[in-house]
Amino acid sequence: MLDWLTGKGDPTFWKTYLEHFDKEDANAPTRYVIFDVERTGLNWKEDVILSIGCIGVVNDQIEINDFFEVFIKQENRTQQNEAVEKLFKADSSEAVSESEAMMRFLEHIKNATLIGHNTNLDIEMMNQALKRMNLGKIKNNVLDINVMYQRFKNLPEDQHHTLDELCDLFKVKKSHRHTASNDAYITALVFLKLKRKLKMQ
Amino acid sequence: MRNPIAERIADFLKHYPPFTSLTYVELVTISEQIKVIYLEKNQVLFKIGDPTHDSFYVVASGAIGLSVISDAEETLIDKCDEGDILGLRPFFAKNNYLMTAKSREDSIIYAIPIQVFKPYVTGNSNVLSFLLESFASNTRNPYDKDNRGKLISENVLYNEQSATDIQYFQPIKYTKKPITASSNDIVKYIAQTMSSRQIGSVIIQENQMPIGIVTDNDLRSKIATGLYPIDVTVDKIMTVPVVTVPEDISIAEAQMMMLKHNVGYLCVTRDGTEKGAISGIISEHDVVAAQANNPGVLLKQIKRADRSKELKVVRDKLTDLIQNSIDKNIPISHITNVASEVTIAITKRAIELAIEKVGTPPVKFAWFNLGSQGRKEQLLLTDVNNSLVFEDVPAEQYAEVKTYFLSLAERVLETFEKIGYEKSAQGLNANNDLWCKSLTDWIKQYNTWINTPGEKGVRASSIFFDYDFIYGDPVLEKTLTEEIYAKTANNQLFYAFLGTDAIKKPAPLGFFRQFLVEQDEEHKDTFDIKNRAIAPLVDAARVFAISKGIKNITNTYQRFKKLADLEPQNADLYLECAEAFHTLHWFRTEEGLKTDSNGSYLNIEELTKVDKVKLKNCFQPINEIQDLIKNRFQLTYFT
Repeated sequence: MLDWLTGKGDPTFWKTYLEHFDKEDANAPTRYVIFDVERTGLNWKEDVILSIGCIGVVNDQIEINDFFEVFIKQENRTQQNEAVEKLFKADSSEAVSESEAMMRFLEHIKNATLIGHNTNLDIEMMNQALKRMNLGKIKNNVLDINVMYQRFKNLPEDQHHTLDELCDLFKVKKSHRHTASNDAYITALVFLKLKRKLKMQ
Repeated sequence: MRNPIAERIADFLKHYPPFTSLTYVELVTISEQIKVIYLEKNQVLFKIGDPTHDSFYVVASGAIGLSVISDAEETLIDKCDEGDILGLRPFFAKNNYLMTAKSREDSIIYAIPIQVFKPYVTGNSNVLSFLLESFASNTRNPYDKDNRGKLISENVLYNEQSATDIQYFQPIKYTKKPITASSNDIVKYIAQTMSSRQIGSVIIQENQMPIGIVTDNDLRSKIATGLYPIDVTVDKIMTVPVVTVPEDISIAEAQMMMLKHNVGYLCVTRDGTEKGAISGIISEHDVVAAQANNPGVLLKQIKRADRSKELKVVRDKLTDLIQNSIDKNIPISHITNVASEVTIAITKRAIELAIEKVGTPPVKFAWFNLGSQGRKEQLLLTDVNNSLVFEDVPAEQYAEVKTYFLSLAERVLETFEKIGYEKSAQGLNANNDLWCKSLTDWIKQYNTWINTPGEKGVRASSIFFDYDFIYGDPVLEKTLTEEIYAKTANNQLFYAFLGTDAIKKPAPLGFFRQFLVEQDEEHKDTFDIKNRAIAPLVDAARVFAISKGIKNITNTYQRFKKLADLEPQNADLYLECAEAFHTLHWFRTEEGLKTDSNGSYLNIEELTKVDKVKLKNCFQPINEIQDLIKNRFQLTYFT
């Protein structure tokens, strides 16, 4: 009856996920996971996640084999729009359920610091997904490259840049196709440059 | 799980060797293990002495410079651009890096782990040979430039700027099958052979084995002093024993052997002992020549060049030298001095080679370099202008003599073309019927230009007043110069025409002090630094120098310096012009080297703010010197 309090009823992957935060090794180099989320829209209550792409950065190097990508099966056909159709024509075979996707995502990121572009919405949507699974919120530290750029240039907080604009500013070649993994990769390139400029450790 | 990012990298790699030799699936497998690194401008990837990394690198974007330290200075050897590979050392050697790799601009590079790539190296002979060649030649892509198909060891000695460290332990190049004599030969005949073959030593052999050596030094100290008569047999004066070395000796070892035994020559034998058969001789010259491209060595190589191809190699090295000097911020006056000496030596050698081919000249002649070469300020491989003056001959011989010199000039210009110089667009060369004639005809020609300067005539001829005597009979040059300056003295009309020409150049800045850029398609939106900024200074220096009767100084910078001496009231302006000229010349040279062009067109967008200000500062003296021309030569009558 008090399962929700003790966490006994939680699935194993969630426990494992939480454990990563208990045994943090201060000496190990920080692992950053740069992520990008493709979703049906901008409303965190009604829209859903379509796919998540991740790429890892350790020691100022993007590690191509530290890669993760997942596509989510859309149960509710009415949610689908044009973008969804396009996305799934190519990758529908690999699509999994939302809860399966979140499980895999958490297994992949462990306790890494998450990096993204306009992360608030993405994190909120993932928290919603976790809530539907009766689980808590994402515990990882999250950094937004938009905020990093504001800090680098001393810009006011309400001045936002799209990912494309940041790519132009940092001379990063834009990807031809907006998929979660492609966007995660170019976000990672922008992050490496910003990290150096801000002299982050 | 498919990895689209790895596929994206594989798509990039597949365009560049050695990855072109691998399948797409292999490339994706490799790409999955790649790490991507960002380097800020001037960030070091690895430096000399660092332990080797467990990866080698491919430039994804930006540029990485490779440099070595020689004589406590950093020397740039090579620049790696998109798709170039670097840091191959861990493949072949266990010891530390011998070069420093530093980004020259913001760069993204791919690190490919050696362990991942090794199977493809051993399993694919194309990949292996590419890497071997790249490593040996130190040029990142042996398939470009003219390195293709050459032996690896040859690449190292000839084509490298100065990977001194590596080079130092490469086998030395030496004279094979040296000239030998036997111990009972007469010294006099040996000395004759030495001077006709232009060599400094002869090995004395017995049954193919070296028993001694006779050098310039022996002849000087034992014959010329009278110690021995000149018809003595050589065994009396030869140095014994001769120092012998094995065939695969390195440059460093050769140098150490010479220092240790205090000798200038080493005899190479099959097995390295005195009892082995002679197979070559190493001189101090070989040791020096095998090392870096210092200008002295370049001059020596020019003197020894037998073919235009060898001259081309030297000119290419000069380009490297200029690039290095620019990178190291060496004052441009030093660079131009060195470069013009090398250019003069190349011209001289080209003429000598042509004479060898077409035969001895029938009469005395003089060869002049004109234009930028004549002003000794040519750094880039731009066009060449020259003229030829020959002694006056009786009318009946004229045609024959002229034909000889035209064919001589033709050969020289063929050599220039092979070296890589552009042809003169207006045909201002000595192989042109108009610019190859006798002294009297030349004097007449100059008279026409000086006394009846039609506007068009002056345009074509102004570069004929920037001439530099290169080869032949100095008397011809002196006579001509005196004639010219006698005619130009106080010739206001002539000055006026030269002056008009000098101020007619397009302006560099618009009304709002913005750069005036070109409109035509080819050079759209670039700034024509040659015509808008450099040419006005060159022309101004010329007209003032001639009006002041300054002879034998053709260099624009030095002309201004001299003018500052002669006219203290305008000294400041002249000195400003001299400095402006250098700055502009610097910009042009850097642009020319960067874009492998004649550097005439600068891309204003690419300049930093500081550079733009520097450029603009050069334009003020141009305005002022043009005003001075207008007043001095009263050009209001003509314009």
